[in-house]
Amino acid sequence: MLIEEIMKLDVVTLFPSNTVKDALEIMLENKIRHLPIITEDQAVVGIITDRDLKEIVPSTMSDSIDKNVYDIKLSEVMTKNPITAHPMDFVEESAVVFYTNQIGSLPIVSNNKLVGIITETDLLYKYIELTGAHQPGSQIEVRVPNIPGILFEVSKVFYEHKTNVLSVLVYPDKENSANKILVIRIKTMNPLQVIDGLKTAGFEVLWPNVPGIS
Amino acid sequence: MAECTGNFVMKKNAVFIYSKEQLGYSFSDSHPFNQKRIVLTLDLLKKSGAITDSDIIAPRTATDDELFLAHDAKFIDVVKKAGKGEIKEAACEMYGIGTEDTPIFPNMHEASAMLVGGTLTAVDEVMSGRARHALNLGGGLHHGFKGRASGFCVYNDSSVAIKYIQQKYGARVLYIDTDAHHGDGVQWSFYDDPDVCTVSIHETGRYLFPGTGSITERGNGKGYGTSFNFPIDAFTEDESFLEVYRTAIKEITEHFKPDVILTQNGADAHFFDPLTHLYGTINIFHEIPRLAREMANKYCEGRWIAVGGGGYDIWRVVPRAWAHLWIEMNGLDAPTGPLPTDWVKRWQSESPVSLIETWEDPVPLYKPIPRKEEITEKNAQMLEQALQIIREKRESC
Repeated sequence: MLIEEIMKLDVVTLFPSNTVKDALEIMLENKIRHLPIITEDQAVVGIITDRDLKEIVPSTMSDSIDKNVYDIKLSEVMTKNPITAHPMDFVEESAVVFYTNQIGSLPIVSNNKLVGIITETDLLYKYIELTGAHQPGSQIEVRVPNIPGILFEVSKVFYEHKTNVLSVLVYPDKENSANKILVIRIKTMNPLQVIDGLKTAGFEVLWPNVPGIS
Repeated sequence: MAECTGNFVMKKNAVFIYSKEQLGYSFSDSHPFNQKRIVLTLDLLKKSGAITDSDIIAPRTATDDELFLAHDAKFIDVVKKAGKGEIKEAACEMYGIGTEDTPIFPNMHEASAMLVGGTLTAVDEVMSGRARHALNLGGGLHHGFKGRASGFCVYNDSSVAIKYIQQKYGARVLYIDTDAHHGDGVQWSFYDDPDVCTVSIHETGRYLFPGTGSITERGNGKGYGTSFNFPIDAFTEDESFLEVYRTAIKEITEHFKPDVILTQNGADAHFFDPLTHLYGTINIFHEIPRLAREMANKYCEGRWIAVGGGGYDIWRVVPRAWAHLWIEMNGLDAPTGPLPTDWVKRWQSESPVSLIETWEDPVPLYKPIPRKEEITEKNAQMLEQALQIIREKRESC
């Protein structure tokens, strides 16, 4: 999946000449935590986050509040030349960029112009969609040998039972690296026939079936 | 409430909504949703002497206009055509019918509309003051959505009934769902509505259909704080289930102050149920209606409407569980000891399993649960978190 499919197009931005006060207000108003700072021709020159602002603005509990900090220009406090991504980058790759750089948002730039933004929240929601957990279904866990073609063998059972698969996740088996655990969400309230089918086909169904309780 | 006066002297304690036509809601002989359980329950009640013909009222059929209260016209049209064989199966799939869970069957619309009508009949009996309580075991189809069938449910009788109660009687409704599956269809119907409070106690959606019903689903906008979910762990037993149920229902009813209570009484939280993984015994089905009635009497002048729901061990579990519901509605003592022998004799030959011949479950019903303590502790923590929102409000008052 490409970033252009999940990025937000309507990006709230400010200019380097805007002030800390402007940034605080616009973040509060729009309930956002990341502000790309752009030039007149839409080029991204910086980014400022709510965390940056918290470090600049003194606590309201403080005795002496220096009002001048609110007038500081963003050009002085923004993170210059932030990490950006392209609309045609893969979502998975971007997730790695978030993780390795410990950042909370990525401005999306094309032809030197800001065209969108994605945040950690967008990625998390996409992950939820990938697991299929947001739509009605039952979950089945199957232990399979880690060999080519095994997914085909498993999915054949779903085909035979006319069961619609919502999502498939593949996990390593902690107990035995020669195996994988398939976590499959299927669109049914009655998974019993499918489970029987999987067992008949020789697969080990881990759930529903907990060790020690049969 | 706008109008809900009644003559207390003339009031019946409870009415039982039923006619043979309710059995027309039938997907196939091999489908787990089997309305024969209503016949088994009614026969058990009759042979126990707990019900007479004068307690029974025939359901009416819901009109299209009534169904429109909670469903899209296009969806209803597709259900009508599907039941007459006038539409291809593939074209129905986006409406959730023609699937393995909710297959098409002849006269699907008429049968589904009758189940909704049964719940509306129950509503009118109670809200007009003719009866304190009413039971429609044919209802409880809580997975039905506005424009889509799901999980064995075509039309959502509870959603239609609640809208009907709001429109006709102007009442605040507390909906309590103790089916082992999350009551998603009803919850989403009233997610923004501050005058309808939905409560669902169900097995966690981590593995079980429909997968929703987390404690963070609390309602939206003006309805924030009027949706409650109590996802209990798989292998939860009676004590922990009832601890969650009693605490939640007492605090929420006191907080919400409803005019009427509608309970969905799925009987699939029992150890024997083939589709779920909870370890309830028959005792929970005795306790659930007891508290519901107590709350209805305390806060709603007795107004309590109960519907059926899930329940897939139709031989050993559902008849006894649902009989308890009617017996409680009538304030009768909980039966103990052997079931009527003529009931056991009548049905044993048809049952693929050995019937349980007493009102109580055999002891022990199952092997001890290895992680009982952790499960109980986790449920207690979940209960605390789910109720935090009303406890905070109470403390700040």
